[in-house]
Amino acid sequence: MNKFTTLTGVAAPLPMINVDTDKIIPKQFLKTIKRTGLGKALFFEMRYDDQGKERPDFVLNKPAYRAAKILVAGANFGCGSSREHAPWALLDFGISCVIAEDFADIFHNNCFKNGILPIKLAKEEMAKLFDDAERGANATLTVDLDSQTIRGPDGGTIHFEIDPFLKHLLLNGLDDVGLTMQKNAKIDGYEEKQKHLQPWLAAKS
Amino acid sequence: MIPKPRTLFDKIWESHLVDVPPDGTALIYIDRHLVHEVTSPQAFEGLRLNKRRVRRPDATLAVADHNVPTTDRAGGITDEESRIQVETLAANCREHGITYLSMDDIRQGIVHIIGPEQGFTLPGTTIVCGDSHTATHGAFGALAFGIGTTEVEHVLATQTLLQRPAKNMRVTVEGALPLGVTAKDMILAIIGKIGTAGGTGHVIEYAGEAIRALTMEGRMTVCNMTVEAGARAGLIAPDEKTFDYLRGRPFAPKAGAWEQALAYWKTLPSDKGAVFARDVTLDAAEIAPMVTWGTSPEDVLPVTGRVPDPRDVADEAKRAAMIRSLEYMGLTPGTPLAEIKIERVFIGSCTNGRIEDLRAAAAVAQGRHVAPGVAAMIVPGSGLVKDQAEDEGLDKIFLAAGFEWREPGCSMCLAMNADKLEPGEHCASTSNRNFEGRQGRGGRTHLMSPAMAAAAAVAGRIADVRKLV
Ligand code: SF4
Repeated sequence: MNKFTTLTGVAAPLPMINVDTDKIIPKQFLKTIKRTGLGKALFFEMRYDDQGKERPDFVLNKPAYRAAKILVAGANFGCGSSREHAPWALLDFGISCVIAEDFADIFHNNCFKNGILPIKLAKEEMAKLFDDAERGANATLTVDLDSQTIRGPDGGTIHFEIDPFLKHLLLNGLDDVGLTMQKNAKIDGYEEKQKHLQPWLAAKS
Repeated sequence: MIPKPRTLFDKIWESHLVDVPPDGTALIYIDRHLVHEVTSPQAFEGLRLNKRRVRRPDATLAVADHNVPTTDRAGGITDEESRIQVETLAANCREHGITYLSMDDIRQGIVHIIGPEQGFTLPGTTIVCGDSHTATHGAFGALAFGIGTTEVEHVLATQTLLQRPAKNMRVTVEGALPLGVTAKDMILAIIGKIGTAGGTGHVIEYAGEAIRALTMEGRMTVCNMTVEAGARAGLIAPDEKTFDYLRGRPFAPKAGAWEQALAYWKTLPSDKGAVFARDVTLDAAEIAPMVTWGTSPEDVLPVTGRVPDPRDVADEAKRAAMIRSLEYMGLTPGTPLAEIKIERVFIGSCTNGRIEDLRAAAAVAQGRHVAPGVAAMIVPGSGLVKDQAEDEGLDKIFLAAGFEWREPGCSMCLAMNADKLEPGEHCASTSNRNFEGRQGRGGRTHLMSPAMAAAAAVAGRIADVRKLV
C-alpha cells in the first residue's frame, strides 16, 4: 500500500450530501476482477451524459479541477454499498484525500486500506474549505498527516483528528494482513480456547 | 462486586477479542465468512500474490448471486464479464477448498438469504461478508457486518479483523403493528426517523414488543436495512423463534453440541440495566405502510402522504438534495404519493426475497391482475425459497395474476445482470436502495413492502395495501 505523508494539490468541491458508493462508481464497473483502471468510471453518471460525453458543469470536468488530488465533500460521504471499488476509483483518478463532515463507516475503513486519507471536520471548518475549493486553480491545499493539519491557499491552517493506529498505518503504508499474520500464535490460542468453549464453531480436525 | 451489565453487542465483542493492543484497535476473531463473486476476486488475487492460504475454508461459504441471470440458466451466463467473475469465484473456491454453491445448486441464492437458510448464521457469532447487507444476519443475535475487499483478504488469510468497538444504540418498537403494516414499513419508519447517518459508528440493537412479535423473516428485513440507517450492524436478541428456525439446518450444531450451543445462546441477551449510548423509541401502532419518494432511503413517508416541498426545508444542503431528488424522480411537490404511476414492480432481494415476503405478495395478487402497462417480476431469494413457494402454489397465483416468476439472485436490486429499469420508469421495489441509477440508469425506485409492491402492481400506481386486505 502507498504511504500517505503529505499531499499538496487542487481540492475539488462536491457540496452534495449522502453521496453513495453507487454514485462514486456504478455497478457496471464492478464486474472487473482487478483493482486498477477504475478512475475513468469515477462519478460516472454525474461525469458523463447518456452518450458518454463529459458533462462540462461537473466539477471534475472543469479545467481547474481535472487534476484534483483532494475532494471536499458533503456529509455522509460514501454511504451505501461496501464496494472497495469506490476508493479504488478515487485513487486511480488521482484523489487520495477526501474531506467531509462525516463518512459512512465501511467507506471510511476502506480508505485506510488503500492509502486514502479521509478527514472529518466540523461544519464551520467545512464551510471554509468549500470556499477555498471554489477558487478553481487557486484551490490548492496542503495536507500534512504527521502534524494533522490542512494548510489553505491563504496560509491558514486547520487541525484535524485521526485515530493514532490508522495514522500509523497510513504514514508507513503498512499492510494489515502481514501485520496480523505476525500474531499467528495469538490466533492459534484463540482457536484452541474456542474448541473448549464453543466446540460447535471450531474447525473439525 | 456485581459485574457491569453488558449489552448483546458487548458480549459478542468481548468473547471474540484475540488481541487488544494499547492503541485500542482490536483484533477480533471471525467465526463465519460469506463470500460472493463481486467483492472477492481481488482478495483471492492478493492471497495468490503473497502466497497465502485460506486459514479456515470450513468457516467460509461462497455463492454467486449478483451477476447471475434470473431467466432460464441452461445456456449459462451470456454476459462475458459476469461469466468471468462467476467462474473466477468457482475456481478460487476449488483452489482453496471452500464450499461453493453453484448456479445449478438448489441451495444457491442471495448470500444473505442462504446463510440463515443453511444454518451457517448462528447466534453469538461474528459474521462478515464483502457486502454491506451482511447486517441481515444480526436478526439471529450475531454480530454481522459488511467489509471491504482488502478486509475480505484479511479474513481469508487470518480469520480475524482489525476493528474498533462500536457504540451501543437501542431502537425500541413498542406495541403491535396494525394490519397491513410489516417489518419493511417498520425499518423504513425507523430510517425516516433517525436518518441515513443516524446510526453511524453504532451497532443498533432492536428491542420491544413489536420486534419480539416479528418472525425470523421479518427480523431479517429489519436488520438488513440497518445499514441504510448508517449503522454497520443490527442485532436482535436470540429467543425461541431463533432456535426453532435454526434447529436441524445443515450447518447448525447437531445432537449434543446443539444443547451446549443452546445453553450458551440463552446467555446472550442484553443484561438488565445495560447502558446504551443512544436510545430511540417508536410506537408500532403509529406506523403506516411506508413508501420512498426520493433517492435516499430516508426520503420516506406514509403512503397517505404527499411529495414534500423543498421550500419547507430550512437546511441548505438538505434542500439542495431534495431539489435534485425530485428532479431525478420527476415528481412535483404536493402530489399525493398514492397518485404516482408505476411501470415496473420488483419483488425480491435480500431485504424481501424470503418465503414470508412471497406469501404476503401472493395474498394481494390472488384473484387480481397486474395493471395494463405494468411489468412485474418476482425473484425468490434462493432456490430453496423458490422450491417452497412452488410447493405452496404461490408461483401459480403470481403467474395467473400476470407476474413473472424468476430464478433466484440479486436481480433488479442492483441491476448488475440483465434485469434493469429503463430511464424514467417508476418501480415499486421491495429492495433496500433507491439511489440514483441503482436499478438502472435513470430508473426511479420507490421502496416499499412486498404487499405494497403487489398492490402497486395491480393498481398501476402506488396504492395503500390496507384497502386491499
Ligand atoms: S439483493 Fe441487493 S442488497 Fe442484497 S446482496 Fe444482492 S445486490 Fe446487495
